[in-house]
Amino acid sequence: MILYPFIIEILQLLIILALAPVFAGWIKMLKCWSQGRTSPGLFQPYRDIIKLFSKDVVIAGNASWIFRFTPYLVFGVAVLAGGIVPMLSVDLPLAATADVIALVALFAIARFFTALAGMDIGTAFGGMGSSREMTIASLAEPAMLMAIFTVSLASKSTSLSEMVQVIYSGLSVFRPSLAFALLAFILITLAETGRIPVDNPATHLELTMIHEAMILEYSGRHLALLEWAGMMKLFLFVMLGVAVFAPWGIEASGDFAAIPAAFLFMILKLAAAGAGLVLIETGLAKMRLFRLTEFLGSAFLLATLGMLSYFILE
Amino acid sequence: MHTNLAAQINSFLAAMVLLTAFGMLVQRRMYGLIHLFAWQGLFLSISTAIVGFVAGAHHLYISSILTLSLKVILLPYILHVLIQRLKIHKEVETIVNVPMTMLIGIALVIFSYHLTAPVRELSTLMTRSTLAVALATVMLGLLMMITRKHAVTQIIGFLAMENGLFFAATSATYGMPLVVELGVALDILIAAFIFGIFFFHIHKTFDSLDVDQMARLKEGD
Amino acid sequence: MPLLILLSVPLFAAIVLAFIGDRKYAPEINILGSAATFAAGISLALEVYAEGPMLAGGKFFFVDAFNVYLAVLTSFVSMTTAIFSRRYMRKERQDGHVGPIRMRFYHAMFQLFIFAMLLCLLTNNVGVLWIAMELATLSTVLLVSLYRTPSAIEAAWKYFILCGVGIALALFGTVLLYFAAEKVLGAGGEALLWTNLSQVSGKLEPTVLSLAFVFLMVGYGTKVGLVPVHNWLPDAHSEGPTPISAVLSGLLLNVALYALVRCKVLVDGSTGTHHAGDIMMGFGLLSIIVAAFSLLRQKDIKRMFAYSSIEHMGIATFAFGLGGPIATFGALLHMLVHSLTKSSIFFTVGHASQMHWTQEMDRIKGLIKGNPLVGWGLMFGVMAIVGMPPFGVFTSEFLILTATMKDAPFLTPFLLLGFAVAFAALFRRVQPMVTGPVPSYQRPLKAAHIPVMLHMALVLVIGIYMPDFLNRWFHTAVELLK
Repeated sequence: MILYPFIIEILQLLIILALAPVFAGWIKMLKCWSQGRTSPGLFQPYRDIIKLFSKDVVIAGNASWIFRFTPYLVFGVAVLAGGIVPMLSVDLPLAATADVIALVALFAIARFFTALAGMDIGTAFGGMGSSREMTIASLAEPAMLMAIFTVSLASKSTSLSEMVQVIYSGLSVFRPSLAFALLAFILITLAETGRIPVDNPATHLELTMIHEAMILEYSGRHLALLEWAGMMKLFLFVMLGVAVFAPWGIEASGDFAAIPAAFLFMILKLAAAGAGLVLIETGLAKMRLFRLTEFLGSAFLLATLGMLSYFILE
Repeated sequence: MHTNLAAQINSFLAAMVLLTAFGMLVQRRMYGLIHLFAWQGLFLSISTAIVGFVAGAHHLYISSILTLSLKVILLPYILHVLIQRLKIHKEVETIVNVPMTMLIGIALVIFSYHLTAPVRELSTLMTRSTLAVALATVMLGLLMMITRKHAVTQIIGFLAMENGLFFAATSATYGMPLVVELGVALDILIAAFIFGIFFFHIHKTFDSLDVDQMARLKEGD
Repeated sequence: MPLLILLSVPLFAAIVLAFIGDRKYAPEINILGSAATFAAGISLALEVYAEGPMLAGGKFFFVDAFNVYLAVLTSFVSMTTAIFSRRYMRKERQDGHVGPIRMRFYHAMFQLFIFAMLLCLLTNNVGVLWIAMELATLSTVLLVSLYRTPSAIEAAWKYFILCGVGIALALFGTVLLYFAAEKVLGAGGEALLWTNLSQVSGKLEPTVLSLAFVFLMVGYGTKVGLVPVHNWLPDAHSEGPTPISAVLSGLLLNVALYALVRCKVLVDGSTGTHHAGDIMMGFGLLSIIVAAFSLLRQKDIKRMFAYSSIEHMGIATFAFGLGGPIATFGALLHMLVHSLTKSSIFFTVGHASQMHWTQEMDRIKGLIKGNPLVGWGLMFGVMAIVGMPPFGVFTSEFLILTATMKDAPFLTPFLLLGFAVAFAALFRRVQPMVTGPVPSYQRPLKAAHIPVMLHMALVLVIGIYMPDFLNRWFHTAVELLK
């Protein structure tokens, strides 16, 4: 069946577009419950996005093309990245052309333009947010690559599809290198997606915000796109982690009949990952900015240890 | 398959020992340190027992129980009581330059790997790969004793070194002869009493357990 | 049989002294115990002298010419130190430096320390050697901090931590040694027995043994007090009670060096090269130079002689590393005469500082006039330790120099430089202390004269005329260490 990969690809894109806000809503819901509040429901992020789309865009007079261009770019990158990470099946046409390093580069492009846009208007908050974001990025990206290299070493490939297949088939729970890489990956996910203890997505407190500070000047559909892209990024990181470290249920045989089961598995894993994330977020307090070097340093350390233990112990 | 799985579990435990060693390197809180130390001992003890089971080296069971009772239960308990008596359980140590320490730690792991290469090549035991981790644990304990300035922390670094040595004996040779292991355990026990006495002396004399205050004896004055 | 007595007497004495506590006759029991140990040592030596090396206790103990001579030396110096400590510690008690509980502790630990050192020397098991070495450290740690002054506690802490680290590295070396031995001798206790190891040393894996030696060198080297891992030594010597300084300097360093030499023989036997010897020569030479120059800067009298001990241990280590019959002979002799001379110096230094209430050299004056025994004792002791004829140190240093000129001539200047600097540094300091008028703050003192005179007489005799049995004894030991 020659069309199979393309159908899967399109299906994946639809899933990421549709499910990312639901996942964000799920996290919010769990958080509300854990704090004893009534939740706004799973679909609140949809309503927020629709509301933003219906509003007018206000742009500062001195904004350049970068400012206008960035939301579309960030959104586009997120969608593109969604085509690379295997969610239902490993048989993805895009995954064959772009490996995991390309994925990291895609995120880096998005971040680069967001930071530029943050500085474009020339307000103090935008610049501050950009500089903080780049600080974190400069620490998180090496750690991220290190963690990925560890997994690539273990699976002897940088293509995500192949990684998933290799790890799925010859899987052993007791691979120290993968355990270290997973721990590092969790820390990096927290940093990259701006969650507690690195950044608080729910606050606009000027002294602590990082990501929110950069996009403070956006409004209307621009803001909607950025918010949506942010949710997709979180979703993608979780899916990436799930694909690499817990690939059970991802379909590898090229059979349509297995897709519903794979979908079900995916939903279950997402729900669990969301619960885990909420557990981390409620258990920790936001860290002071200066402690971040240590936090991301630990991520780097863990990733390096993973790589070392691959050589030493395996 | 049986041995293979055991070797994998053992490697995993070795990795956890290494992780706890790194954790101790950057842990600021006293209780946190003691707990990490106890965890390290536990991983070590389980690993020793598994090796003893798979290799049929039954004297390793004794080492394992020794580690469990000494390093997981008794010493952490003693340390717990000591820091409570000395009222330092809330003390938070300042550590300078954590990333640098971590980088040095990583360098030490690589160094240990290279240093133990000849042994790894000669050995036929299933545990041969963990020797590098054992030496790294020793080195990290040493690093901890150098970088940290609190008497309790230095002692925990010292004990972590001993953990590494125990681990080295298990991974290189399935444990030293029993008489030696028992003797080493006895020495550690005596050392534990001595540092206990020391904590009180230092605390009484310097009013703190910060070793940096001990700088009377310097060269040339 | 004498072996069993030799080991059990100090252990028994330690228990007895722990129970007796601070009774009036405790120092006498201490002396009695040490004397009995010495007697047992002598009879063991005679046995070995007559019948050659022997194994005992199911191969657990091993006695040959090398370790029995050190065992006799250990028991002898511990006996004279016990005699010295009777008067010295009584004075310290009168001055209120120590109380009854600490005196009980002091006596018991002193005997335990002697036991640990003898066990170190006589055991056949390389692992037990390590355990005994650690025990020797642990038993003296709290003796160093006996006075509970801030500096004493600091010194003891440093001693505890540094030697703990060092000895831990030595254990890693021992593990590697066992790894190599197990391949040849099979698993179990047999593989760690020195007698077995030395027989198969040629078959042991050279790469592993070289690696092991690096760890053993750093580990036991810390206890020998070799530069750059010597930092604990001056502190521990200067802050502990003087009898402890005497036994640390005179005995413990020797015992650690003994362990190192045993390992070196194995490693060189395995590799067939001079690799281990070279490392020892490097450490030794560095210690000689650094210690000699450090001597110049000292103000505290015990600290200065501690550095002198580092220098002399450096000389012995260097000579053992150099190898060859003359150098090894010189090194064995040097261990003996240094131990005798240095402990005697510490005896006089202890009295001198008691007389002046201080260890600062600037305030110690007029010793010969104030107390001739202490003054002349220190004077002769220093003359002996810097290697002036006719004392024994001259003989040993001369032998070592000769061997160096023959085997490694380019190192002779460094060695001579070290000797010369040490000579100048010690003499410059000692002369004002012994000569001149008696200062007002000096107090008269009943000194323990037997130990000092005994030690100095022995050093003199060895320097002038080496007894035949000693000569033959050393030759046997040299053969063993080839």
